[in-house]
Amino acid sequence: MSSVATPAPVPRRGRRRRRTKLQRRQTRFAWLLLVPALAVVAFVAIYPLGRTVYQSFTDQEFLAGITPTKWVGLDNYHQLIHDTIFRDTVVLTIKFTAITVSIEFLLGLTIALVVNSHFKGRGIMRAIMLVPWAIPTVVAAKMWLWMLDDTYGVINDLFVRTHLISHNQSWIVQHPLVAVSAVDIWKTAPFVALLLLAGMQVIPNDLYEAASVDGANQLQQFWRITLPLLRPAILVALIFRTLDALRVFDVFQVFFGYRLGSQSMAVYNQSVITQDGHVGYGSAVSVAIFLIISLFVVIYVTVVRVSDE
Amino acid sequence: MSTAAEATRATVRPVSRSVRLRRSPLGRALVRLPFWLLIVAIAVYALFPFYWALRSAITPDSELFTTPITYFPSHPTWAHFHDALSQSYFRRALLNSTIVAGSVTALSLAVGSLAAYALGRFRFRGKSFVLYLMLSMTIFPQIAILGALYTMISGFHIVGPVHFPKLYDSLFALIFSYLIFTLPFTIWVLTSFMRALPADLEEAAYVDGATPLQVFWKVLLPLIAPGLVTTGLLAFIAAWNEYLYAVSFIQSPSHYTVPVAIATFSGSSGNAFQFPWGTVMAATIIVTLPLIAATLLLQRRILAGLTAGAVKG
Repeated sequence: MSSVATPAPVPRRGRRRRRTKLQRRQTRFAWLLLVPALAVVAFVAIYPLGRTVYQSFTDQEFLAGITPTKWVGLDNYHQLIHDTIFRDTVVLTIKFTAITVSIEFLLGLTIALVVNSHFKGRGIMRAIMLVPWAIPTVVAAKMWLWMLDDTYGVINDLFVRTHLISHNQSWIVQHPLVAVSAVDIWKTAPFVALLLLAGMQVIPNDLYEAASVDGANQLQQFWRITLPLLRPAILVALIFRTLDALRVFDVFQVFFGYRLGSQSMAVYNQSVITQDGHVGYGSAVSVAIFLIISLFVVIYVTVVRVSDE
Repeated sequence: MSTAAEATRATVRPVSRSVRLRRSPLGRALVRLPFWLLIVAIAVYALFPFYWALRSAITPDSELFTTPITYFPSHPTWAHFHDALSQSYFRRALLNSTIVAGSVTALSLAVGSLAAYALGRFRFRGKSFVLYLMLSMTIFPQIAILGALYTMISGFHIVGPVHFPKLYDSLFALIFSYLIFTLPFTIWVLTSFMRALPADLEEAAYVDGATPLQVFWKVLLPLIAPGLVTTGLLAFIAAWNEYLYAVSFIQSPSHYTVPVAIATFSGSSGNAFQFPWGTVMAATIIVTLPLIAATLLLQRRILAGLTAGAVKG
């Protein structure tokens, strides 16, 4: 690569034609490189999505063969509208989402503000914050299930010692939503903090210096500088957390199994398909969940658009 | 939010009343005290469940199931670790998860880096469409296609006698289905790495007569090696932690992955009256240690990868 030969001068017309030919060849090559990726995505995501929609109009069962699968039109969706179990799971999941996303955001912002200042050991602190996020949710759920144990749980012990509660609680039975939320918040609030921290670190320091010169106090600086400039990072964090919370499965399944009244949307859907084998009806539930989640995306995008104007 | 703001106000840039007090070492320490208390509180909050799992894993059963509970074991023991590792299906689960997560990571990196080469270094029609397609895939809810995947892996008819291979209850089912969340994410992040490279090296290689594939293999791939490590690690963690598909597509305990094994764990030391919490906690410590080590070592890279993709947790 040391000696670069100067290309011989080429007549203008020929050169232009060759370039377009080269461009065409490049385009073909680029698509060739994309073939494996597109094939995988088509096969693993797009086809199954289409198939889910198709199946939702059939009465398909996992143990087929007894009766052939047939087209039932909107029957599954009619059934779904009157499915009170499903309705309860939607309400519970939205409650869970509202609780966890708001607390994770406030807690994450607090942690980010604290860790954003300069101090020795900030790197270690960031690593510590990443650890809960990295471990499997199932493992986190098991750890908390034991900590929340009725008799030998450390949470009951700590709360009774500090007189926050008068006697041991059965968290899983009496306060199921609090219990699952505690796990999710523990696992994700530090991660939200890291996302916000990354956003804070690109805010130029000059702004704060100029604000101090102008006599703005810390609180004013937070409201007028940090919060507005952090807006993109906040929105990304909120959107991803909301979508994640709406499809929650692991914590609910480990904590309550398939107990009625304590199912998230995803747990109910999974049980209809794999426990009961109602693939057709389960697909209709999937489509409904997909639409509910899309609705939240649309709401977010609209709110962002409107507040931008 | 006001508490957060007040906290920084009181600690980050202390505006103390007396300059002299602030400059004395003792005064400085006192002003910083609330700040350090907050730092310690955050660290304890993040780490306490791990401490508790470790404490429960090394506490003998006779002490574990008594009240009042002890915060430090007086007679630490390895018995629970022995018990956990003596379960053959738990050892199998560690192997299975390594196979699944390793294969998914390798496949995603191979297919993903080719796609990222096209998306990051070439200009062609339809490029932004492909990029948006991949981005929308990264926020795709996995539950939405469970029903269809279930039909597919139980060996459905494609056309007439042509079958999709029956993958139900095999590790292939997981390797296949995990690509849905690892591949689009890998492509998205690797494309941002590819795009950041300067054009000079590539051009020099072309002038020397290299073919595009040689440029990819000998010039670009070594340059984005850090990106490959980051993305690979994130894909590995995501596949290692996955539970929904694993619990839906796997039936026999010999094919369990780690999350399924942990969720259904019931060691041998437990009796009919008491769930073997000590053994379960030992198992959780065993499976989290490698992840904690990797996270601590590659913390900077992981964060860079996550913010580059601005991707879900």
